[in-house]
Amino acid sequence: MTLEAPRASTTQFDTDELVINMGPQHPSTHGVLRVVLKLDGERVIDADCVIGYIHRGIEKLSENRDWTQIILLTDRMDYVAAATNNLGYCQTVEKLMQIEVPRRARYLRTVLAELQRIASHCLWLGTHAMDIGAMTVLLYAFREREFVLDLFEEFCGARLTYNSMRIGGLPLDIPPGWDKKVLSFCDLMEGKLNDYETLLTNNRIWLKRTRDVGVISGDEAIGLGLCGPPLRGSGVPRDVRKDEPYAAYDELEFNVPLGTRGDTYDRYLIRMDEFRESIRLVRQAVEGIPEGPIMGKVPRLIKPPAGETYHAIESPKGELGYFIVSDGKSTNPYRFRVRPPSFCNLQGLKRLVTGHLVADVVALIGTIDIVLGEVDR
Amino acid sequence: MADETKSQSGQDGADSRPRAAGAGSKVAEKPAAAGKPAAEAAARKPAPKPRPKPKPKAPPEPPKAPEDQAPPDGMELPKMVTAVQAGAPGAVQQVSYWVGDWTVIVAVDRLLDVMRFLRDDDSTSFDYCSDVTAADWPPREKRFDVVYCLYSTRLRHRLRVKVRVGEQDPVESVTQLWPAADWLEREVYDQFGIDIVNHPDLRRILMPEQWQGYPQRKDYPLEGPGELLMENPQDWLRVRNLPDEAGAGADADVEIE
Repeated sequence: MTLEAPRASTTQFDTDELVINMGPQHPSTHGVLRVVLKLDGERVIDADCVIGYIHRGIEKLSENRDWTQIILLTDRMDYVAAATNNLGYCQTVEKLMQIEVPRRARYLRTVLAELQRIASHCLWLGTHAMDIGAMTVLLYAFREREFVLDLFEEFCGARLTYNSMRIGGLPLDIPPGWDKKVLSFCDLMEGKLNDYETLLTNNRIWLKRTRDVGVISGDEAIGLGLCGPPLRGSGVPRDVRKDEPYAAYDELEFNVPLGTRGDTYDRYLIRMDEFRESIRLVRQAVEGIPEGPIMGKVPRLIKPPAGETYHAIESPKGELGYFIVSDGKSTNPYRFRVRPPSFCNLQGLKRLVTGHLVADVVALIGTIDIVLGEVDR
Repeated sequence: MADETKSQSGQDGADSRPRAAGAGSKVAEKPAAAGKPAAEAAARKPAPKPRPKPKPKAPPEPPKAPEDQAPPDGMELPKMVTAVQAGAPGAVQQVSYWVGDWTVIVAVDRLLDVMRFLRDDDSTSFDYCSDVTAADWPPREKRFDVVYCLYSTRLRHRLRVKVRVGEQDPVESVTQLWPAADWLEREVYDQFGIDIVNHPDLRRILMPEQWQGYPQRKDYPLEGPGELLMENPQDWLRVRNLPDEAGAGADADVEIE
C-alpha cells in the first residue's frame, strides 16, 4: 500500500522516532483497539492497529449452530446496531432459500433498521464529540438514543441485543400505538438535531479539530475498501440502499448525502444529514405500513438448498455483507462469513492518521465509527 | 462348517456382552472344563466382533465438494463474464450462477491476470474489493476455495471470483490491485492458513501471533484446544490427532477432555 500523506518537515528539530502504544485500555479507542503509533515529535509517521482482543469466533460458532440460532449471534457483532445485523443475516438466508417476505414485514424492517441507524449515529455523535472535547453533546445524544432503545424495548423486549427478526419476516407485530410513538419521536428528534448542530456545526473549536483532518480522495477511499459514511464523505455515491435496494427502500424516497472534501468535518456533516434522511424514511415507512401478515411461508425446518451467496446491506457503519455457503444437507451453514464494515474502515486508519498529530488520532478513530465487537467478531 | 460358525458367532454377537462376562468368571473357576467348543468360541469371538459396529456413530462425513451450479440452460451470460472469458482466454474454468449471483472459477496461476483485467477493463471495472474469504472442504484434494467478492462503483454490478487451492499451494496477493484486500487476506491466512504470497504484511490478525493451528478449518475443534495448547503446542497436536492415528486399536471413548 502506498502512503502519500502530508508530512511536515521536521528538519529544524532534531527529533527521534518514538513508538507509543495507544490502547487497548484507552477510552477514545471505543473498545479494545490497540494502535501502535510511531511518532516523529508529535507527528504520526506510522500506525499499526492490533485487533482481536474480543475475538469470539462468531463465524466458527455459527457454522455449528442452527440457522435460526445464528440470529442471536449476529446481535453480538455490532452491538449498537443489532437490528441491522439481524436484517442482513435474515435477508441472506431468505435469498438462499428464495423466500418471499410479506410487504408489511419489509416495511417494519425498514422502520427498525432506520431507527437503529439513528441510535447508532447518536452513539457515534456523542462519543466522537466527547473525544474531541465537547462533553455536552454526549449527554444530549445519549438522551435521545434512550428514546430509540425504549421503542425497541416496547417492540421486542430488549434494549441492546434485540433478536428482532426471523428468517421470513418478523417474530412479532408492532404493539398497538407503537407507530404513533415512533412518529412523535421523529418530531422530537428533528428538533434535537438542530440543537446538536447549534453546538457543533459552526463551533470554531470543532471546525479547527475536524476541518482538513484525515482527508482522503474518493478513488483512494474506494481502493482502500472504505464503506458507508467515510466513503460517501469523499464524494463517492455508494449506498447499498440505493444501489442494491432491499426491504422497502425501493418504495421510499430518500437522498444519499455526499461530501466534497473528504475530511472529518464532511464525514460529520454527512452523518448529521443521514439522521434527517433516516427520520424521513421512518416517517414514510410508518405512514405506509400496509396491512397483512408479518411472516412469509417458511418451512418448519430451515435447510437451504446447496449453494452460496453474498448479500450486503447498508448498516450504520457501511456495507455489511454476509457470505453464506449451505451444503444442503445439514441444519447449519457450512460456511458463514461476515464482511464487517468496521473492520474494512479500520483498515483505512493507518492511511488517515499518517502525517497528523497525536491528538488527531483520537478524532480519526471517532470519525470512522468503529465497533470493536464487529471488528473482532 | 464355515456356515455353522458364522451363524453361531452371529447369534453370539447379538448378546455378546453378558455371555462374555459370564464366561470370564467361569474360566477362572473351571479352566479344565472347556468341554463345549461352542461356548469357548463364544467367549473368544465377541471381543473382535463388536468393534466395527460403533464406527458409524463417528462424526458424519463432511460433504465431498460444493456444487457450483451451472447457469440454467438458455440463460445468457452477462457482459462481465463474457468479457473476462475473452480478455483472459483459458483462465476461467467454470461459470456458476446461483440465486442471482454470478461466480467465475479461475485457475490459481492466472488469478492476477484475471483480477487485473476485471479491475481495468471498461466493461467490468471492478474497482471495489468487497470481501476476500475462503471455505474449507477437507476431503477434497484442493481443499480451499478462496473467494473474492468484487463490486463496481461505476457500473454497479457484482461478481465473485473463486480459486481452488490445496493446503500447500500459494495464492498471489491482490493487494497490489486493491489495497482493501490487505487485512482481508491477512484474515484468510490467519483463519485458514492459506499461503498468500507477495503480501506486504502477512501476519495473524484476529488470533494471537503465536497461535497454533487455523481455527476456521473444518478439522479444528469447535471447543478450541483448551489449556494444553498454551503449555505445549506439539503435545496438543499429537493428542488431537490421536483417535485418527490409533484407528481400531483405541476405544472410541478415549478422547481429549
